[in-house]
Amino acid sequence: MTAALANNRYLPPALGIGSLIAFVALVELLIRVGLINRFIVPMPSDIIAAFPRVIVEEHVLSRFLLTAAEAFSASILVTVFGVAGGVMLYRYQLLRRATETWVAAIAAAPLVLMYPLYLVIFGRSALTIVMMGFTAGLAPVILKTLEGLSATRRVLINVGRSFNLTPSQQFWKILFPAALPTIFVGLRLGLIFALINIVGVEFLINFGGLGQLINELAERYDLAGTYAAICFVILVSICVFILTERLERWLRPVD
Amino acid sequence: MPAVPFERIDANAPKTARRDPILVVDDIVKRFETPDGVLTAVEHVSLSVAPGEFVGVIGPSGCGKSTLFNVIGGLLDGYEGTVRVAGERVRGPHPAVGMIFQEESTFPWRNVIDNVAFPLEIAGLPKAERYERARRFVKLVGLDGFERRYPAELSGGMRQRVSMARTLAAQPKILLMDEPFAALDEQTRLLLGDKVLQIQQQLKQTTLLITHNITEAVQLSDRIVVMTYRPGKVKRVVEISLPRPRSSEIVSSEAFGRYVAQIWSDLREEASRGLDDEESRKLREADTR
Repeated sequence: MTAALANNRYLPPALGIGSLIAFVALVELLIRVGLINRFIVPMPSDIIAAFPRVIVEEHVLSRFLLTAAEAFSASILVTVFGVAGGVMLYRYQLLRRATETWVAAIAAAPLVLMYPLYLVIFGRSALTIVMMGFTAGLAPVILKTLEGLSATRRVLINVGRSFNLTPSQQFWKILFPAALPTIFVGLRLGLIFALINIVGVEFLINFGGLGQLINELAERYDLAGTYAAICFVILVSICVFILTERLERWLRPVD
Repeated sequence: MPAVPFERIDANAPKTARRDPILVVDDIVKRFETPDGVLTAVEHVSLSVAPGEFVGVIGPSGCGKSTLFNVIGGLLDGYEGTVRVAGERVRGPHPAVGMIFQEESTFPWRNVIDNVAFPLEIAGLPKAERYERARRFVKLVGLDGFERRYPAELSGGMRQRVSMARTLAAQPKILLMDEPFAALDEQTRLLLGDKVLQIQQQLKQTTLLITHNITEAVQLSDRIVVMTYRPGKVKRVVEISLPRPRSSEIVSSEAFGRYVAQIWSDLREEASRGLDDEESRKLREADTR
């Protein structure tokens, strides 16, 4: 019965959207009856009403595109260098032993605090923001790529050897597809870290994008507008995740 | 069922190569460094397999069967002795040798047809040709209709048949199988044994089967090499003169029972040694804790 409901094509998304609407309605109700302070959390109806104003007056679409472009650029860099880094650590034992611990330490470090240094190196520009996102997202991708490659079952590698695969074929035909699910876990983590840092640095250095808009609206005490802008940040996140999921499905159709 | 001749042959007087052997394993010794010292896994093992012959290698756990499988398959080096395939010395994985592993080894990210077409893709065959050939081997192992299914959607026995089809698609001269049905239940094992017999009959495939299952070895083999417990040596070679074509129905014949009893009498002592060894090792481990 439960499985049949879960396999229904329309029920899970309908349930998801329904829960979201119910949550928003509950928040609206709690604010209206005074259980939540409306000067801290604006009413969802006010946030919805603020959308046209934010879109027209605050040029949110161009800001959205700027943040999305920064997130996309950082994602490409994180993917290319993160996966390549993980492969290097897998291939070279010495490098792995020498660096694995501090790569793990970097993954847990509050790298956003390095933004003054990046400002000095790259200037007050989108490049600083992209590089901050890249730096923040790199370590989890390296670590998860390494984990995925190392966890490839020995028998699959032996199948490749028994068919006389070249090292390049062994990597592209066996190791990489076997490690893909774990690599994508790393990518999702890395992209979350990257996006948080991109919006955070936009906010901190007051330069372009949605982060700057959130900062400006917050300083004007435009709470409804601030939350409306945050919804656009969530939209960037959703776009990045949909792209990641499509890419994973294309590379590895079934698990 | 008519009476079947029963014959027993010693390793020292092998009736092996009636034709020129396609596989010759000559005086293999393989040692491993372990924390407890040097372990000799196989010691002076020699055997040969003629074209089209089905040879079973049987022994208790720890007799070096899998080591021998890896040596012949070219996955293991650093051993003494030689392995020759069609007169050519094996120094690594040999294109004439196809391997089927004990563990589940299908690629989960490829569907059945793409799994089977894998070696043909590596060999650079055009797409149409490799799928046409892969389809033939999928049919051969009885999985037609499942071409677009992924391994996760198949049973253990079906997945092992996919591995078998994938190895056979490369058309190896010698098929090496390392306990391919070990993870399956007895009934599935017998039925898959039938499938192997059919394929053997159809392709005249030279096969070396590593197993610890006596029934499986007698059901499938023309000849069975019985190995001793550590270090693994050839204890005896038994010719199986059961008529071919065979099927799993042969397990109920009197001759089959006699072969099983004979091999068990050879194996029993070795298996007991293995068990004693294992128990004393566990005791030692418990003491050191």
